[in-house]
Order: sequence, then structure tokens, then C-alpha cells
Amino acid sequence: MTSIILLSVFGIVQLFLGFLRSNKVLLPGVLLVLLAVFGANLADWNQAPQSFFNHMLTVDHYTVAFTGIVVLTALLLLPFSRSYVVAHEPNLAEYYALLLFSLVGAIMMIGYDHLLMLFVGIEILSISMYVLAGASKRDSRSNEAALKYFLMGAFATGILLFGIALLYGATGTFALSQIAAAVAAPANASLLPMLYIGILLMIIGIGFKVSAAPFHFWTPDVYEGTPTFFTAFMSTVVKTAGFAAFLKLLAVALPAAQGFWAPTIQAMCALTLLLGNVGAAAQTTTKRMLAYSSVSHAGYLLIGLVAGNGSLTGPAANGIFFYSLAYSIATVAAFGVLKLVADHRQRDDYAGLNGLGKTNPLLAFVMTVAMLSLAGIPLTGGFFGKFFLLTAAVGQGHIGLVVFAVVMSMVGIYYYLRPIIAMYLRPAEGPTAEAVPVDGLQAFTLGLLALLTIVLGILPGFLSGIL
Amino acid sequence: MLTAVLLFLPLAAALLLHFTKGATARALALGASLVEFALAAFVAVDFARHGSSAYNLDYAWVQSAGINFHLGLDGLSLLLVLLTTFLVPLILLAAFRGNYENPSAFYALVLFMQTGLLGVFMSLDAFLFYFFWEVALIPIYFLAGAWGGERRIAVTLKFFLYTVVGSLFMLAGFVYLYLQTGPAAGSLAAHSSELSAFYKLKLSAGEQSWLFWLIFAAFAVKMPIFPFHTWQPDTYTEAPAPATMLLSGIMLKMGIYGTLRWLLPIVPLGFSQWQKPVIILAVIGVIYGAIIAIRQRDMKRLIAYSSLSHVGLMAAGVFSLTQIGLQGAVVQMLAHGVNVVGMFFVADAIERRTGTRQLPDLGGLTRRTPLLSVCFLVMLLSTVALPLTGGFVGEFLLLAGIYQYSAWVGAVAGLTIIFSAVYLLRLFQRTMLGPDSSFSATITDLTGSELLVFVPLIVLVFWLGLFPGTFLHLSEPAVSSILTAVGR
Repeated sequence: MTSIILLSVFGIVQLFLGFLRSNKVLLPGVLLVLLAVFGANLADWNQAPQSFFNHMLTVDHYTVAFTGIVVLTALLLLPFSRSYVVAHEPNLAEYYALLLFSLVGAIMMIGYDHLLMLFVGIEILSISMYVLAGASKRDSRSNEAALKYFLMGAFATGILLFGIALLYGATGTFALSQIAAAVAAPANASLLPMLYIGILLMIIGIGFKVSAAPFHFWTPDVYEGTPTFFTAFMSTVVKTAGFAAFLKLLAVALPAAQGFWAPTIQAMCALTLLLGNVGAAAQTTTKRMLAYSSVSHAGYLLIGLVAGNGSLTGPAANGIFFYSLAYSIATVAAFGVLKLVADHRQRDDYAGLNGLGKTNPLLAFVMTVAMLSLAGIPLTGGFFGKFFLLTAAVGQGHIGLVVFAVVMSMVGIYYYLRPIIAMYLRPAEGPTAEAVPVDGLQAFTLGLLALLTIVLGILPGFLSGIL
Repeated sequence: MLTAVLLFLPLAAALLLHFTKGATARALALGASLVEFALAAFVAVDFARHGSSAYNLDYAWVQSAGINFHLGLDGLSLLLVLLTTFLVPLILLAAFRGNYENPSAFYALVLFMQTGLLGVFMSLDAFLFYFFWEVALIPIYFLAGAWGGERRIAVTLKFFLYTVVGSLFMLAGFVYLYLQTGPAAGSLAAHSSELSAFYKLKLSAGEQSWLFWLIFAAFAVKMPIFPFHTWQPDTYTEAPAPATMLLSGIMLKMGIYGTLRWLLPIVPLGFSQWQKPVIILAVIGVIYGAIIAIRQRDMKRLIAYSSLSHVGLMAAGVFSLTQIGLQGAVVQMLAHGVNVVGMFFVADAIERRTGTRQLPDLGGLTRRTPLLSVCFLVMLLSTVALPLTGGFVGEFLLLAGIYQYSAWVGAVAGLTIIFSAVYLLRLFQRTMLGPDSSFSATITDLTGSELLVFVPLIVLVFWLGLFPGTFLHLSEPAVSSILTAVGR
């Protein structure tokens, strides 16, 4: 709860800091705020669960763990906004303020106990992201991304809200625990179709937010047009918060309806894995590849939902936690390197990475670690993320789905190797042959990201099974 | 404790190498690998006297899942640890001659790979084994990819995809086995991935039948066994010589070792069900590799196909499931490691001097390079399996084992000795004998440091040939316990 207050207050303060003429204080300021939020959040660990706003929001292990991921992700991502400071971006204070507000939304999505809180959280997060997608306001692609994201997002929100309304109509409540009771013992059988349609519409709404197929179609275009810094934020924080919310909804409110939603999620999962991986393999730019790869990771996380089995503490929930963490760190690293390289070399295709191993060994190394982690190769956190999730799913008997996921991750290895091949095996030519400038803070952050990924891959025991 | 040092010393040296350059880097890399070999030799002597219990290392790794960081040594793994630690200094010495760009990164990757290989040979936990199995792949991919020949990008991509796909099948098999286990004693986790827990599983014949292929996929690709071999000749040819030596000298043994430790005793019923098809595939590989080798013009490719042929024989020996065949496979793993590294080093020495490795371009080298000719001949005769050399002991035992399984299969596999004599003597004739070629006019003989690579190899060739008992004695209990576990 402290973290929500801190973020809201400093978000507003940040807006006022925009009146200053200099951008220089903004970045250190927002980093300090996030450090404080991270600390305040951790202080709630191992406390008895607390409830706020008439039991609409809970702070328990689950909330603290996932809040930790989103705040840490934002913290590690921020140093890559340095180019805005250097370029005297006039709206930087607003960007930072929107990022802080969107984190408030993310935390509400993680900690909600009441569907209204979920809706408010999703809206706070989404509206911030609609604006940030259009941050490069003179770039027509960024404008296109913002408009597309907004129109599609608004539509999806409508569907979600309709779903919530139908669920309310069928159960008479917004509170998760009461919904669970009402679904387990329906008072009026004639309301069941309404209940199922409500569940389906909610799955569609949230599926859109986490870019699960077949509601993923906006992802590549929006991710590509959005400035890279905000794309990284979208594909990590939004996804993590979305899955935390999704798991909570299915596991706490709807365990009794598992027979209905499990096949739906399974079908979405298989489709997401297929379209995400095959789509990524066909891309020619690193950024679009990462966009499709984020779709494919939504597919792996959906396996966790299938295996979740109505529990926020079991192996599947822990798997989702570990996977989200490993995925977020690796994705921030990948987008961070991509942003630095693309800003300097003015291109974001694979060939833009050529020869990076020679000109910038650090960037190339971090990118390699990130790619191996996303591909799920051992020695990186991504391997254990996949391992925990898939083992949990096999334990629940979803063997066919897991076999499909393994086959799809073989496809993944192919496209994740392509940046590595470009960086190390292909020589740089002409303008790409000079080193990309990296400042001290960015170098430190990149080193930290690689280190975290490797530590998660070597000593997963620290964070596995904490929920 | 010593086990941990043995495992992590090369990794530590690899990390340190990042901060060194030139002569310091060489000294550090070579020094670390020699210390590592001394350590392994000490462990071997101590092991022969006191047994293995002192080298057991067991920590909880992922406690909530019952996965342990469990390392241990028995005779079989000890021999492979010895082979690895023996070959790596020589491979580094060979790499010093190569003038590779960014040399400290090159040496660091070799040492990094060594940690991965040692981990594979010492792991007693399924997921730890898989972990090291993949860890060994990452450095060799970069070694072959970043320093390789012209077609390296496509070739190494194929290699990487083949091996990763194979090992993902193995991982799937391990996960299935893992979920069948009960909790280990004193553990909170519901399952255990200990090797011993896998050995205790009672699986039905039907389960074992498909589990066999899931797990064997990884080993079959790594060895490689026909028809999973298509990555091998290209990769061996395109990779720089030291990487080829690592691949053929040590990495290939991961497949044989894995079969012995992680396949036979876990799915014995599946094994006996598939024994015949696999032996036939292995023997097809023996003959196929040999026939293609006869037609090769590129020295490196020729040796690559010869290696394919020899590994087929090792696999057939293992799959004969006889004491003598298994022991033969163990000796042949060592002998083949030594031979193939020596052969690739000869090819590399000739290529560096003449700038070509095409047989039609070469000839008449022997007059100017007496030392090289002698070393070449010894390595070659051991590969042909002439008595007194290590290759003979290994192939003899292997063929005896295969013959025990089936006289017909043994007879066909025995052709390997004739074929390998044909293609290897042809290789020697086209390069060292015959009329001079334009490339061979200016050739110089072996330098001191190159001789330093060959001498230990030659010593080991004769040691294996004359006193194989030293090694057979070490591996015998391990081999017997595998056969007991399988029920033979």
C-alpha cells in the first residue's frame, strides 16, 4: 500500500518538476522514487496479509512478489531513457509521471480483490500506455501505434467491462471470494449462460491486454511504432501485471468454473505459441521479432494458467512468478541494447547488429545472455522459468500442450540465435563499424541485467517456491 | 571440496582471462589447464587407493523442487575426467599456434567448455546433467561460429539446432521420469531428480520404449549416430582446429557416456527392445562413414568421416551390452580421443604450413618433415587399430563384444579395420609420400611446441596399447554395476 501512495504522490510531484528548465534532476529523482518504492514494497514481505478499501485490495505475498517484479523492471529500464534527457525532450517529466501512474495501475491489477479495482487498475495502466505509445509525436509510426493501441484497447476494455457486468449479474457481487462461492453453488441455474458469457468476455478482455492469440494482432504494429523505451515497458510491466491479474481471477474467483475456462485457455495457449513463434521466425527486424516473441511468451505463461488449478501458491503460480521475472529482466536487457544500438545506427533490423561483438563487447554479451534466456537455454533464468512452468503443467497431466510448447521453443531457438549470429559472426561494415556510445549508468545497468539473468539461471533456489 | 575445485577451476581461469592479453593470457590458460590435469591425476591416484566416497558433493540446488547439485566420481567418469583434463592443455597448445583473433576470448571459451564437460561427466542429478550438457554447447558454438571457416554461419546454426533439439527431447524424458519419483529421504519436495532415484523407478515396458528414444535423441545427435550425423562433417570441417578437437576428442564422448550412465540403467527394457535397430544403425554408420571417407579430398573432412565411422563402432559396442563390449567402448573412448585429436592436429599443422588441406595439392612432405611424418604415422596406425596401439585394444574389445551379440553384425562391423586402413593409408600416401607439389616445397618440420603436443599423445597411444589394464581396471567396477543394473 505504501508503494501505491509513494508512486501516486511522486507521480504528481514529477509533473510539477516539469516546470523546471532542466531535465537533469528528473532521471535521478525518478530512480530514487522507484528505489524507495521497491524498498517499501519489500518491507511488506512476510507480514500478515492486509486488506484495504473495504476489502477491495489485498497486500499479501502474491501482491508483494509481483509488485517487486514490475517495480524492479521499471527501475532497470529507466537508465535507457537517458537519450531523452540528453536531447532536452520537453515532455520528459510527463513521461516519467505517466510511468509512475501506470505502475500504480499495475499494482492495483496485482493486488485486487474486487473486480472494480481490477478495472480501475487496468484503465490506469492502459491509458498511460496509450499516451506513451505516441510519445514521438512527430513520428507518424508512433502516432499510428498510439491510435491503433487506443482504439483496440478501448474496444477490449469495453468487452472486459461487459464481462464484469455479466459476471455481476450472474453472481450478484464484485468480490472475488464471493464470486467463487456463487460460482461453486449457483443459486439460479438459468443465470449460468450469463455467467459463462461473462467469463468468456473477461478472458477476451484480459487476453487482449497480455497479447494472447487470437487477440494479439495489434502487438507487432504497436510495439514497432512505439518508441523502443516504452515498448520495453509495455512488453514487461503490462504483461506481468496482466498475468498476475489473470491468474488471480481464474484461481481465486473462478476455480469452480475450471471445466469451462480451462479448454478455452488451452486453445488460446496453443494458438498463441504457434502464432507467436512462427511469426517471430518470419521477421526481419529485431524489434518486430521481439514483439512476436512477447506474444510467444504470453503463450508459455498461459500454460501456467492452465496448470494453475485454483491456487496462488502452487508450482504453477511459482512458475508464473519466476518466468515473469526472468522474462522481464531479459526483455529489458534486449530492448535496452536494441535502443542504444538503434539510436546510434539508425536501424533496427538484424543487420544493424552486425559486428557488435567487436565494437561493443558489453552490449553484445548482454544481448546474447538476454537471447539465450528468452530461448530458454540453461545458465540463464529463462531456462528455469520454462522448466518450472512446463514441469507444473506435466504434473497436472497436460502432456500434449507441453510437448507442443517444447516443439515451439525449438522454433524459438532459431530466431533468438539470429541477433547472436549478427553480432558475433557477421562483420560490421561502413557506418556500423564504430562503437555505440554507452554511458556509465547504462553500462552498469546492462551488466546488472546480465548478472541477474545468470544468477537466476544458476541459483534459482532463492526465488523458486517463495509464493 | 576437491571436486568443486576440479569443476570450477577452468571457469575461474576463463573469467580471469578476460583481464589478460597476449603472453599472460597464454600462460594463464595453459597454467590453469595443467594445474587442472595435475589435480585430476591426483584424484585418479587417490581414487585407485581409497575409492570414490571422498569425491561426493551434494548440495540442495533448487530445494523446493528436490533438485540437487550432486557431483560424484566413479571409475567411468574418472576416466573421462582424465581424458578431458589431459586433452585440454594440448588443445590450448595447439590453439597457440593458430594466431586467432582475440585470443584470450578463444582460450576462455575453451576453458569454459572444459567446466561444462567435466560437469557432464560428474553430475549425479538429472537436471544438473542437462544443465552442464547445454553449458558445454554454448562455448563450442561460439568457438566454431566466430573463428570458423567461410560457411560457418549456416553450419554452426545447423549444429546448434540439431543438438539443442536433441537435448530438449532428453529434457522432456527426464521431466517425465522426475514426476514418477517419490520424495527423497529428508526432503520436502514431492519429487527427486537424483540419478539413484531414477534407477529405482519401476517403469512399464511400454513407457520405457518411448522414453528410450526421448533420452537417446540427445545422445544419438551428440555422438553422432547414423542418420543423426548430418551436422557432423560440416561442423568438423568449418570449425577451427582446436574446436574440432574439442568436438571430436571430448564432446562426442558425452553421447557414449550418457548412454552408459543415463540410458542403459534407467530404461533397460526399452533398451533391449530397441537394441537391434540401434546396433544396425550404428554399424551402418561404421560402413557409411568409412566408404565416404575413402572418397574425400579434404583432409579435415576425411578425418571427420573416419571419426563418424569409429564412433559408430563404439555405439555398437555399447549396445551389444556385453562386459567386453562396454569395456572396449571405455578404452576406445580414450584411444579415439587421443587419436582424433592427433589426426586433426596433423591436418592443422599441414594446413598452416601449406595453406591447403586438399589432397590433390599435397604430396612429398615426408622428405622435409621427418618428425611430422613419424607423429602422423603413429596417430594413423593407432586409428587403423594396429596392435601395440590404443586403437587396437579398443577396437578388438569392441568387435569381440559385438561378435558375442551376433556373429553377422560383428563380421560386418569388422570391415571397419580394412576400410580404415584403406582411407587412412591413402591419406598418408597423398600427403606425405609421392611427388612434390608446389605447396610442399617450402614446408618446415614440427617446432618444439608442436612436438610438445604430440609427445604426450604418442605416449598415451602406446600406454593404452601396451598396458590397457591400468584403465580397464579403473572402469571395471563401474561397467559391472551398469550391467547389473540392466540385469545382465
